[in-house]
Amino acid sequence: MTKKLVVVGNGMAPGRVLETLFESSPDQFDVTIFNAEPRVNYNRIMLSPVLSGESTYEDIIIHDEAWYEANNVTLHAGEKVVSIDRENKTVRSEGGVIEGYDNLLIATGSTPFIIPVPGHDLHGVLAYRDLDDVNKMLNAAAKGGRAVVIGGGLLGLEAAAGLKLRGMDVTVIHLMPTLMERQLDPAAGYLLEKELSGRGIDIRTGANTKEIYGDGKVEGVRLEDGTEIDASIVVMAVGIRPSAQLAKDAGLDVNRGILVDCQMRTSDPDIYSVGECVEFEGNCYGLVAPLYEQARICARALTNDAEAAFAHAETSTKLKVTGVDLFSAGDFADGEGRDEIVFRDPAQGIYKRLVLQDNRLIGAVLYGETADGAWFFDKIKKGEEIDADERATLIFGQNFAGGSPLDPMAAVAALPDEAEICGCNGISKGQILNAIDKNELTDLQGVRQCTKASSSCGTCTGLVESLLALKLGDAFDASAKKTVCDCTEFGHDEVRRLIIAKELKSIPAVMQELGWKTSCGCAKCRPALNFYLLASWPGEYVDDNQSRFINERVHANIQKDGTYSVVPRAWGGVTTAAELRAVADVVDKYDIPMVKYTGGQRIDMLGVKKEDLPGVWADLNAAGMVSGHAYGKSLRTVKTCVGSEWCRVGTQDSTGLGIKLEKLMWGSWTPHKVKLAVSGCPRNCAEATCKDIGVVCVDSGYQIHIAGAAGMEVRATDHLTTVTTEEEAIEMCAAVLQAYREQGFYLERIYKWAARIGGAEKVHELIVDDEENRKALFERFKYAQQFSQDDPWAERASGKVDAHEFKTLELVE
Amino acid sequence: MDGMAPFERWFDICELSDIPVRGSRRLEKDGMKIAIFRTSDDRVFAVENRCAHKGGPLSEGIVHDCAVTCPLHNWVYDLSTGKAQGGDEGQIRTFPAEVRDGGRVHLRLATAS
Repeated sequence: MTKKLVVVGNGMAPGRVLETLFESSPDQFDVTIFNAEPRVNYNRIMLSPVLSGESTYEDIIIHDEAWYEANNVTLHAGEKVVSIDRENKTVRSEGGVIEGYDNLLIATGSTPFIIPVPGHDLHGVLAYRDLDDVNKMLNAAAKGGRAVVIGGGLLGLEAAAGLKLRGMDVTVIHLMPTLMERQLDPAAGYLLEKELSGRGIDIRTGANTKEIYGDGKVEGVRLEDGTEIDASIVVMAVGIRPSAQLAKDAGLDVNRGILVDCQMRTSDPDIYSVGECVEFEGNCYGLVAPLYEQARICARALTNDAEAAFAHAETSTKLKVTGVDLFSAGDFADGEGRDEIVFRDPAQGIYKRLVLQDNRLIGAVLYGETADGAWFFDKIKKGEEIDADERATLIFGQNFAGGSPLDPMAAVAALPDEAEICGCNGISKGQILNAIDKNELTDLQGVRQCTKASSSCGTCTGLVESLLALKLGDAFDASAKKTVCDCTEFGHDEVRRLIIAKELKSIPAVMQELGWKTSCGCAKCRPALNFYLLASWPGEYVDDNQSRFINERVHANIQKDGTYSVVPRAWGGVTTAAELRAVADVVDKYDIPMVKYTGGQRIDMLGVKKEDLPGVWADLNAAGMVSGHAYGKSLRTVKTCVGSEWCRVGTQDSTGLGIKLEKLMWGSWTPHKVKLAVSGCPRNCAEATCKDIGVVCVDSGYQIHIAGAAGMEVRATDHLTTVTTEEEAIEMCAAVLQAYREQGFYLERIYKWAARIGGAEKVHELIVDDEENRKALFERFKYAQQFSQDDPWAERASGKVDAHEFKTLELVE
Repeated sequence: MDGMAPFERWFDICELSDIPVRGSRRLEKDGMKIAIFRTSDDRVFAVENRCAHKGGPLSEGIVHDCAVTCPLHNWVYDLSTGKAQGGDEGQIRTFPAEVRDGGRVHLRLATAS
């Protein structure tokens, strides 16, 4: 018989309970979830990369809506449960939803601890707990100014590094003398402080916050010693408290957290609890590994597996700040009967310390080089005796111990089967190898789906790939993951993300920092990198002409015989007698063999000799014509019909709008070419519904269409939205273009980009629904455009730019 | 005489700086179209400016490492040997090229027409 399971909370722990349950006993439970946050289940430990810009919310979703649907789960998102009636076995939400249960799972998580100093309730004092907090921080970061982070622990430092990457000035206030004192010893804490200070983060240790001051909103923080620090936001990251109030009100046994037995059962045998709200044998948990273990046990207990029992275990820690390698595990405090092995390499900023007791490894702190973390952690958990020989070289890690060369494959091969590979999910090497065998897995994605390894924080991805290579030999192709080209292991998305996260501002910097395998790239990656850098750092990055395809380098289209074609801009497809006369004169003067109308309402002069280009351009410039960018991964044409100015059925001035759009967008570089059209009525004479972006005018306003194609693929556009004014139409189109410029992969047309990120609905969500985002995109587009609207023809016709391109060398005999 | 074939000699062509880094210049000698390339490590190479595939002008291609990619159909040539790379088979003529003292680019070409 199907039992009714109600879950309060939709975080990672209950999500894992359900996953396990659906896998082992599908159809045994009919599940309803209440979630106070109006979202699906996402990976909370990856909020820091979202804050720093290295990931997006979409990247960290664990269960999308389809998952809930597929498993018949009812999700009440945005419904907070306010009471439990244990007698009648029902729960009630704030909004009045009542659900009955056979089993209840409480997973209310934790609440951030806010120090009750004066001013803690001012506007601008934030916690760091969920996506809303991240969004608030991002909004604040967009305005600039200084952020004060109170708390120099794991979360506080991730927040500080993220806000810094987002361009804010950041001060960290930490009560203790060294950072992350719970996970690091003072020496490693010092190295971390030095690294973060070096990145421009102002760190004040041994500092006590006295008050937060400001008139209605945060203006600054005053310390106990009287120091004042200006701040536009304050992030409190001093710790968390289990959220146990709901359970307490229902009369369940509660101490610091909700008390559970080793089967995750509360004092009411029908009610279970997992996650950060739980207290087990005096311990509360905040790291993901033990929480996932709780979830696994809970799912088994729910299906009456009497063997399942949760036990307290050591956990290890990593800091998710790109470029900081830090690992700690076990107990590393000094103490009677304990001794230590220390290794330092100041030049490299490496520090390693192992703590031993009774000839067993009980703790490890690694800074700067953490590859041996899993190996040490394994030894700590096993508690096996370490003899004098082994001890002598223990600090040098696994490679030295095995006497094997520094080959990652050999290192992975040498690991015992029970060695833990994925700390977040508690997955061992043996489990991964088994899964590869059993399910005939061939790629990372498969391993992630079957074992969950590498699917949470992702730091073990390299190890998992090595295991695949180990198991499959040559059959495993790491490049099955689509890389930019053979020069790199990274895909387009990773490269785009890392350019911003690591502030890489030149092609050599990207190649160095991302470990390019060739000295200067190839014809595939160089143009892509040039575009990504240009789009990421407008006004800062200097375009590298030699990384462009010939057409973009000489601003004309190369033809099969090595001559060029020249297409001047015809704004909105409109021309004049003077322009036509100038074109005719140019054709005669330079003996241009063919003149043709393009599909985009412009004139194309074909067969121009390369050395004639500057002269042709100079003459066209003189008649007021500029480059049409018919050769570029950039804005091409804005095709229009005559609209209300002439047409008896036209509803709006489509020609005028087309010209405005073209004047706004010309010169912008994009992942691939971009073509627009504006039709004056639904008869759609400008064929706007097969363009990258199309506008169809109607009586009541302007329909915005996106993601059409009429090339190798033919695809009608999706109707994005309808707006009432011309200004709104322009803003909407520019926001779409900018989003594409920021997210598109090089050589990916708008329709492919849109499909990849989730279709027109996703674009709607990002740009139509989210007004703030739309306006921000529009602003960023306008900002970037100030640097791109110089006519490349005029620059070259003057002879001052790239003169070498158009002159052949003379041979002196 | 320095051992060269009698009908070839070194020509002083241009300054190294006349060729952009990872770029090229074009030159014509007795009807033969020649492309001279400068790599990112400032070596120079000269080849016949005509792709073995469909005659594309290699001088207009993207230069990477010691190779150029033809702008028409992406054939890649090793500039030192003139051999097409990857799956494509083809060979283009190469000409000895050097940067001599003072940064002058020299090519060895046939003298007579």
